[in-house]
Amino acid sequence: MTIRMTINGREYETDAHPMMPLLDVLRESCRLTGTKYGCGEGECGACTVIMNDELVMSCMVPVMQAGGAEIETVEGLARVAENGEEILHPVQQAFLECGGAQCGICTPGMVMAGVHHLRHPDRAPGGLREALEGNLCRCTGYSAIFRAMEQAAKTGHPE
Amino acid sequence: MIASNPVRYRAYVPVGVEEALEQKAAIENLLPIAGGTEVMVLLNEGLLAPCPVQSLHQLAGDWRGIRESDGSLIIGALATYTDVRHHPVVCERYPLLVESAKVTGALQIQNRGTLVGNIVNGSPAADTVPALFVYEANIRLLSSSGERVISINEFYTGYRKTILRSDELISEIILPAPPDGARHYYRKVGTRAAQAISKVVVAGIRTDHETKLAWGSVGPTTLRALKTEKAIAGGASPEEAAVVLMEELAPMDDIRSTRNYRLAVSRNLVMDFIHKTKE
Repeated sequence: MTIRMTINGREYETDAHPMMPLLDVLRESCRLTGTKYGCGEGECGACTVIMNDELVMSCMVPVMQAGGAEIETVEGLARVAENGEEILHPVQQAFLECGGAQCGICTPGMVMAGVHHLRHPDRAPGGLREALEGNLCRCTGYSAIFRAMEQAAKTGHPE
Repeated sequence: MIASNPVRYRAYVPVGVEEALEQKAAIENLLPIAGGTEVMVLLNEGLLAPCPVQSLHQLAGDWRGIRESDGSLIIGALATYTDVRHHPVVCERYPLLVESAKVTGALQIQNRGTLVGNIVNGSPAADTVPALFVYEANIRLLSSSGERVISINEFYTGYRKTILRSDELISEIILPAPPDGARHYYRKVGTRAAQAISKVVVAGIRTDHETKLAWGSVGPTTLRALKTEKAIAGGASPEEAAVVLMEELAPMDDIRSTRNYRLAVSRNLVMDFIHKTKE
């Protein structure tokens, strides 16, 4: 079964087994290793990506269910300006400025959850803490992460 | 990364309900999945015995909706926790479902997991099932030879055992209107507030004449505390009700908690329930 999907605006095709987790396809077949493997059981959020505008844990999506889907990973956030310079997404930029990453393993998932929250604040009526509830940081760098998200919310998003 | 070889799980993707039911009847050991949030954990950890898998995602058009019908609310088998949490009628009439969906995993899980998955998985720690018990939900079971509608209170027969036949799929949850003027109560007690599995979970509703209380993680299945309900409706004090409750629960020691802790928490929760739902 050939599975087609759009990842960061590019068409991808894979012959991966239908029950292969989307995460493994992203990392191994598409070589998009920004998305991390953390726990494999939906607890840590390191593998978080956006699928059809919804936040999902890619380790828990059998790739057959991603057929025809639009996937966004951390690699797709930055833009390239006319002069060729890479412009980070405001959430990435804020993480950088506020020290929102320590070891960095939770960062891609945390950033994706943050980006999704800025787009759809109504999805987490409890606010930022609820929006990031599914993303664990083992370095316990939460305060810096929350500061980064508050800053990103002020600078707005370019989408 | 994944610890199983996915090739050992042959995938079936029915495009319609009829085909899904035919497959369910014909293929031995076929494991249906909706969002896969339960099955993928086992797969990733290498704990799922090889079996054919039936992914129901193509049935979303038929089965994902939430709609009103004759005073009842129908929740399709593929409706996610997110769908339930944000549905205006659920928010207005079934607040215990909103509460319980909100504490099931995080947003990422709620976007994929389904209420029917929570039911059929059969865990006594399921967070939404106590709410469905007190609302006296019915579930519709379909097979290629017919259908039956049964009360969720009669669905479980033992630890992770249900009356679901191997040729059946659950198509929907049917929620009768809750009693007028009901006060609602929901508490989940886990190791931490978010992303934890319950040590004790309770859902309750109370009117001036009637009390309903359902408990999770304190027995082999989710259970109604019928004697305690009667005692509370009859005017028992919080302390008296707690004594009755202690005889109705059968918690165990396990990886998440101990029998004694669960009993102590349940005792406190029933007293809290009585205070908070007084009027």
